[in-house]
Amino acid sequence: MEYILIIISAVLVNNVVLVQFLGICPFLGVSNKIETSLGMGVAVIFVMSLANLVTYLIQNYVLVPLHIEFMQTITFIFVIAFLVQVVEIILKKAAPSLYQALGIYLPLITTNCAVLGIAILAVQKDLNLVMSVLYAASIATGFTFALILMAGIREQLALADTPKGMKGFPLSLVTAGLLSLAFMGFSGIVK
Amino acid sequence: MGNIKYLTNGLLKENPTFVIVLGTCPTLAITTAAVNGIGMGAATTFVLVFSNMFISLLKNFIPDKVRIAAFIVVIATFVTIVDLVMKAYTPDLYKALGIFIPLIVVNCIILGRAEAFAQKNDVVPSVLDGLGMGLGFTLAITLIGSIREILGNGSIFGIRLLAEHASTILIFVLPPGAFVTYGFLIAIVNRIKSKLNI
Repeated sequence: MEYILIIISAVLVNNVVLVQFLGICPFLGVSNKIETSLGMGVAVIFVMSLANLVTYLIQNYVLVPLHIEFMQTITFIFVIAFLVQVVEIILKKAAPSLYQALGIYLPLITTNCAVLGIAILAVQKDLNLVMSVLYAASIATGFTFALILMAGIREQLALADTPKGMKGFPLSLVTAGLLSLAFMGFSGIVK
Repeated sequence: MGNIKYLTNGLLKENPTFVIVLGTCPTLAITTAAVNGIGMGAATTFVLVFSNMFISLLKNFIPDKVRIAAFIVVIATFVTIVDLVMKAYTPDLYKALGIFIPLIVVNCIILGRAEAFAQKNDVVPSVLDGLGMGLGFTLAITLIGSIREILGNGSIFGIRLLAEHASTILIFVLPPGAFVTYGFLIAIVNRIKSKLNI
């Protein structure tokens, strides 16, 4: 039951993009087409789960025993950047077709503040290893969900006649605001 | 006097928030009150100035291939300093900004300026560029924070403008208000820029 609550809370109630404001840059950057959003989303789910697994181990078996928790920010960002590189190299060798599909999105993930943010949040929430990875996977699923919704709306909006000053970022932000308003309807389902 | 243009560049012409549209996460997340904007702005400005300064000083020593990693280490060092200082001296603000203080490290404005400016220029212009960008960011998020605080909470910098039980537009301090306020402000800045031809 606890696991189901984590998933619902992370995907709908506390949606990472629309409620917690993490990962806005890729959200605005790659939400032009549904296809690219899906690619980015899958890449984020994969990397975020892996990042939480590795940062959990580092936090509990390196930083805490050595009493250097203040090094958290530096180590975590380094681990994430390193991880993205490794995943890219492995995918290229082991699964070329998957690499073809996700390749261009992987380097972009290092700059996704949601990956670092969720790794730090999982440590602050004191989740255990399984919960931490599940939390990351659900958060990333919420990210993908928001990204695809946004892409669907933007594909339609691209054809609409909008005022010149509102084109581009302003329109995307207002659209995101309306989406966020819709997601507020979920608040209260889970604490 | 020639250096002054580096300082003013970040204020309007290349304002990181309204024109380049970088660092959107903290811009949207912490602007529920004007004072948060100033706190976040000051922390980011500190990191920007010092990381620009050190990257400019180290530009001849950092091998090109590992420059991004090197930049991140420099930036993360100053973010850790800010994090510890704020935790010790401004605990309330630290609590309000929360996760977004360690996340200054992935604020694209800082890495962006390191890559686009500091690694190609001397120390003085780099520091001024960092200061200008930092101030531009601070002004922008304080403006968004003020608008959201006035509309959503009926106060500014914690000073009440309305009667005790007057109703306010609560939605502006909630997440949707952040997106809408930011969107309309970019549209207004676009309009001003096209009128002034800059």
